[in-house]
Amino acid sequence: MEPIGKVLVINYEKCTGCRLCELVCAVMHDGISNPARSRIKVMKWEAEGLYIPMSCQQCQDAPCMNVCPVKAISRDENLDYVKIDYDICIGCRACVSACPFGAMSFNSTDRKVFKCDLCEGDPQCVRFCEVNAIEYVDADDSSLLKKREAAERISIAGKEAAALAAQV
Amino acid sequence: MPLDRKIAYIDLTTGDIQTKPIPLDIRKKFLGGRGLDAYLLYNHTEKGCDPLSPKNTLMVSGGILTATCASATARTHIMAKSPLTGLLGSANMGGFFAPELAWAGFHHLVIKGKSKHPVYIYIHNGEIEIRDAREVWGKTVTEAQWAIREDLGDQEVKSVVCGPAGENLVRFANVMTGIKNSGGRSGMGCVFGSKNLKAVAARGTMDIKIARPKEALEYNKRFIDQIVSAKVNQTQGALGTPFIWGATNSWGGIRTRNFQYNQCEYADDIEPERIDEICEETMGKYHMTGCFGCQVHCRSQYKIPSGPYAGQYDEGPEYTSQGAFGGETDTPRAVTVLTGNHLVDKFGMDNLETGSLISWAMELYELGIITSKETDGLDLRFGNDEAVLEMIDRICHRKGWLGDALADGGIAASEKIGKNSFDYLIQVKGMSNLHSDERATPGLALNIATGSRGSDHLRSRPAIDLYHLPEEVLRKIYGNPVAYDGPLSSEHTEYIGKPWQVFWQENCYMGVDCLGICKYHTTFLGATLPNFEDWSKVLYYNTGLEMTPEEIWDVAERCNMIERLFNLREGLTRDDLKKGDMLNHRYFDEPCRRGAIDVVGKKIDKKKFIQMIDELYEHKGLDNNGIPKPETLKKLGLKNEPSHLV
Repeated sequence: MEPIGKVLVINYEKCTGCRLCELVCAVMHDGISNPARSRIKVMKWEAEGLYIPMSCQQCQDAPCMNVCPVKAISRDENLDYVKIDYDICIGCRACVSACPFGAMSFNSTDRKVFKCDLCEGDPQCVRFCEVNAIEYVDADDSSLLKKREAAERISIAGKEAAALAAQV
Repeated sequence: MPLDRKIAYIDLTTGDIQTKPIPLDIRKKFLGGRGLDAYLLYNHTEKGCDPLSPKNTLMVSGGILTATCASATARTHIMAKSPLTGLLGSANMGGFFAPELAWAGFHHLVIKGKSKHPVYIYIHNGEIEIRDAREVWGKTVTEAQWAIREDLGDQEVKSVVCGPAGENLVRFANVMTGIKNSGGRSGMGCVFGSKNLKAVAARGTMDIKIARPKEALEYNKRFIDQIVSAKVNQTQGALGTPFIWGATNSWGGIRTRNFQYNQCEYADDIEPERIDEICEETMGKYHMTGCFGCQVHCRSQYKIPSGPYAGQYDEGPEYTSQGAFGGETDTPRAVTVLTGNHLVDKFGMDNLETGSLISWAMELYELGIITSKETDGLDLRFGNDEAVLEMIDRICHRKGWLGDALADGGIAASEKIGKNSFDYLIQVKGMSNLHSDERATPGLALNIATGSRGSDHLRSRPAIDLYHLPEEVLRKIYGNPVAYDGPLSSEHTEYIGKPWQVFWQENCYMGVDCLGICKYHTTFLGATLPNFEDWSKVLYYNTGLEMTPEEIWDVAERCNMIERLFNLREGLTRDDLKKGDMLNHRYFDEPCRRGAIDVVGKKIDKKKFIQMIDELYEHKGLDNNGIPKPETLKKLGLKNEPSHLV
């Protein structure tokens, strides 16, 4: 079977904390600047210089989908993401409670829940993130980047160990 | 809509708070941010008022594009009559405060009076509250911000705070937000302190409807691509502003030992690459951070590697801290620069003013104008790292005779010290010069002499003058949006054409300051970056306001003129060494002793310099005394200002 679906991969170490992703997400979806409307949110620990963007993981066994009492949440066949059918949604916010990542939000103006929909396959957060802290890659390759970085660390450690051994 | 953000008038004496919409005709005349602040200051501040009295009016604002889908609209502007200079006080900073203020419903705050006890102002989704800050008073810049979050039970709150220096009424105390963003110059933190105002905090989730979201988004992408494609910004993004230090010092443009030299020797330890190494060692490979919506990410993260503050986290050091605590004081050691940077960040004190005044005191100590009696035994030699760090602490806490004297600013200190100490003070209008040395660059010298808030590199500096751009490129930049066919020179050591460049830059920088955009996103360090023409489009896509590039230029000219009017009302006279458009005599008398061949031996030719000022006045529509001609005020629509003096 053909593998389908690309996924968002977040490398928080690269994030500079500028929150442009929040801005463009809200403007793209609602035409409005307001981080409270963003599907992605950078959580910050300023005192430590730590910034972690949080967004929907598009879980395979999605708690939001499981908990929805009216079956308004399903998996999109084309882009393989967890989507909300607003014609069915009753706005009970059970999904907001169930999501372990806080990735399902509720907008108090529109009185609707909302989450990442991958912008029809062209995620704006990815497009605008110049430091590539968020990337949109084939699901099969989602851990390749991490593998490479980990391998690099091992390689550096190996070289350092060799250099130490040579000194002895 | 961005245009429906309001203005609030807050009286700390009475507790009275009024909110009003900002009329469209005022928007079209002043846009927002610094420009509108200047209009408010001119109208709301009584002539000759004591800057530390309840009568001084304090403005905190965002630009007209703040928090919209234009790039890097992070700037917060703070304005009041300056307790350092007695003239225009104005400071501008990045971070995340101004967007939060806009999402909370406001673009402008006008704060008057003085509270009986320490307070902070909290703005939340259209509501404004004055809250008790007695528990927050005395805290450092970051401690205060975290305490306010605890007090409000909300970790998303963003605050502008004054630190201990502001509470102690150090005349060049700044206001800060986050770890490093500083509204650094002209003592705005001191005004906070004088009003018993510890902070302004904001938190908002109110919609800002973008006029044409699709176009705004696409144009923003184009804007960002243009900005990150500029080599200067790529370098900033990798090394931060310290990158400027490397080239400038090797060329001979760094004031060293106050004003004795123009190059800092044995400075390898504070070269940008060395600073970057420390950042990487202490914070990892990805150690750059930035302000709201900005892709330049020009700030490094670091931990102090050794010494009494080892392990403390901070951001920077920027170019200014390298000069202030490395070059000017001749202490080019990374740990000293990183620690000095950290101390002023904790205390909420302008690094530039602090370093410059310490190096001035060091020169006076060397000359015997002050002795160990005035320094309370501190060996204030150039090159004494401990003495530099000790003086930062003494100034903040007004400790010892000299610490207390310097805390009042250069001119007041020179009057206290007496003798010929003033002759050695490197300042304009009572504000210290950046550590850059302008003796080989008359255009840059003209800029610092005529800046509206005193000596300053962010008011009108034609920095691209150093790039030797071909004349046709200069004509393209400086001939828009208003025509200019006078002389221009690619040669940075020349005097011709520089007044027009300074005039153009003054309007360019006022433009970004009204829009709320960072100067790294316009014609400051990068010649290819956006200005008036792009702003016209960005403004339209985001706010729906239709203004031509020429009209934005007119706004900038108008706002600069209103700053001039304020200064004139407060006593600016052309040649006054303490309050005028004039440089310290050393620029004309002492040639550069080090540096490249186009620098060594250079000093400013006073006759030509005065001609440049005449020419600049002419471009600005001022008479020979620097006072606006009646026709200029008529042209700019300022004939009836102040229009509603209160």
